[in-house]
Amino acid sequence: MNINCDLKSNPWLYRFAVLTAAATFLLLGAGGLVTSHEAGMSVPDWPNSYGYNMFAFPISKWTGGIFYEHTHRLWASAVGLMTTILAVWLWLKDSRKWMKWLGVIAFLLVFAQGVLGGLRVTMKMDSLGVFHGVIAQTFFVLTCAIALFTSHFWIELAAKQKSFSVPRGLRSHVLFVTILIFLQLILGATMRHQHAGLAIPDFPAAYGKIWPDTSPDAIARYNQQRIEATNVNPITAFQIVLQMIHRIVALVIFAGVAAAVGLSVKRLGGKDSLTKLAVFWLALIVFQIVFGMATIWTNKAADVATAHVMVGALSLVTGALWYIIAYGRSVKIQEAETAPLEAFGALAANK
Amino acid sequence: MLMLVAMPIARAADIVGIVIFKGTPPAEIPLTQMEDNPDCMAMHTNTPTTHHYVVGPNGEFGNVTVYLQGMDGKSTGASAAPAVLDQKGCLYTPTIQAVQTGQKIIVRNSDPCIHNVHITPTVSGNDEHNDAQVPGAPDLTYTFSQPEMFMRFKCDVHPWMFAWVSVFDHPYFCVSGTDGKFVIKNVPPGKYTIVAAHRKAGEQTAQVEVKDADATVNFTFEAK
Repeated sequence: MNINCDLKSNPWLYRFAVLTAAATFLLLGAGGLVTSHEAGMSVPDWPNSYGYNMFAFPISKWTGGIFYEHTHRLWASAVGLMTTILAVWLWLKDSRKWMKWLGVIAFLLVFAQGVLGGLRVTMKMDSLGVFHGVIAQTFFVLTCAIALFTSHFWIELAAKQKSFSVPRGLRSHVLFVTILIFLQLILGATMRHQHAGLAIPDFPAAYGKIWPDTSPDAIARYNQQRIEATNVNPITAFQIVLQMIHRIVALVIFAGVAAAVGLSVKRLGGKDSLTKLAVFWLALIVFQIVFGMATIWTNKAADVATAHVMVGALSLVTGALWYIIAYGRSVKIQEAETAPLEAFGALAANK
Repeated sequence: MLMLVAMPIARAADIVGIVIFKGTPPAEIPLTQMEDNPDCMAMHTNTPTTHHYVVGPNGEFGNVTVYLQGMDGKSTGASAAPAVLDQKGCLYTPTIQAVQTGQKIIVRNSDPCIHNVHITPTVSGNDEHNDAQVPGAPDLTYTFSQPEMFMRFKCDVHPWMFAWVSVFDHPYFCVSGTDGKFVIKNVPPGKYTIVAAHRKAGEQTAQVEVKDADATVNFTFEAK
């Protein structure tokens, strides 16, 4: 692949890519509200809504859980349209071949995501919801990466001599932590799509202990004592263990991101933009932990639980973009054009 | 002819009893989510609460499903009167009931708002359903072919709405009333294991022998 030295940024393409990424972020929030309100099955048909064409479903009928599910569908349609436009735009106007294909991948992913969301409803399969949630996070990373690659910042970065490269060890560390965040998001999506509410209702203890009793008697006791106001599933030992792992991995991620800040300061200096991005990343992780605790203390209030999903997505994207930028800064100029695809491929391959 | 008159004729009898809950059940909580839905709240003067534990002043334990074990294959569900599950005031009524395999369950929408009837069986052979039911829509009818305890009916439009229906492959079951009393009718003479099951309080079993007269069995659940 040849380097295009006179590659210029297209400001409107970049702005549209940013808009698509922002719309995707809001869509993640809308999806979080659907599961937080246990409303995923409140519109039993798809692609119609209660027999109406989705886009003609009367607003007067958007009540209760229908409001969350239906607005999620409409917003998803808008993101699908935006992604299609973005893919066509990239294909027609971006001179980088790999960018054209990245647009195609984004289109295929959003199409698959829409169909998956529909099948989750029509096939009544909770497990599809987990995939739907995980693909959503992956798609968000992809749209943010496309926005990065279409930016003036990235074009400039590709053209520069690599006198400010990032050590391989630091890059690998960030890649590892980012993958860990992705695995943590899979754990979170699995917990959400168990539709069991809070498997452990207290924090920092777990049923009053460091490690909760998961014997059948204990599970029966937890379910007996739990008074649910919504139609959630009974608690199981699997769900309790899942939440305990989620808590432990959160601590490991915090330590990993804090270490990334320390290593960035040491290797790149405090004024480097990647160091500043790492500090922002750490702040996100702190917020994420606070929202995680608040999710438990508020008995999984829908807005708090949704904020936990959204900050989790931002944490993943920040780690991924940090790695891609560091990779772009570290390769030789002759390799610059292939670098982002390899960097993104490295992330994807480890997922 | 003389012989027939002289022989004692074994007749079916009832098994009666009362279920008691000892101790203080967990406190029920208000359905605060309903407060965000004016259509539903308009049908209530106060915010309704959950009612997982229906316990009377003297511990009378309602909504306990009582049944005989090992009676599968005796269903008369096809000819039994349909059971009715109503959606009224954005709540399911009754919350707990039981039917036979093959017996019709009629789900009715008496509300002026949309509900979806989402049934989530866990036993293979019983199909999951998720059907829309707008105001004034005809009743929905379901039947299930496999025995299953506490099959959940829920509404995802109003996530506080849920009911549980147990399905038996025989007619020897009932649900205790608010006075804690239960009656299983027309049980043939014999020795049986009788089970009292509550969705949250668990299960208790007892042995009972039915002869010519009604048999009595009482159950006591204790708060854990």
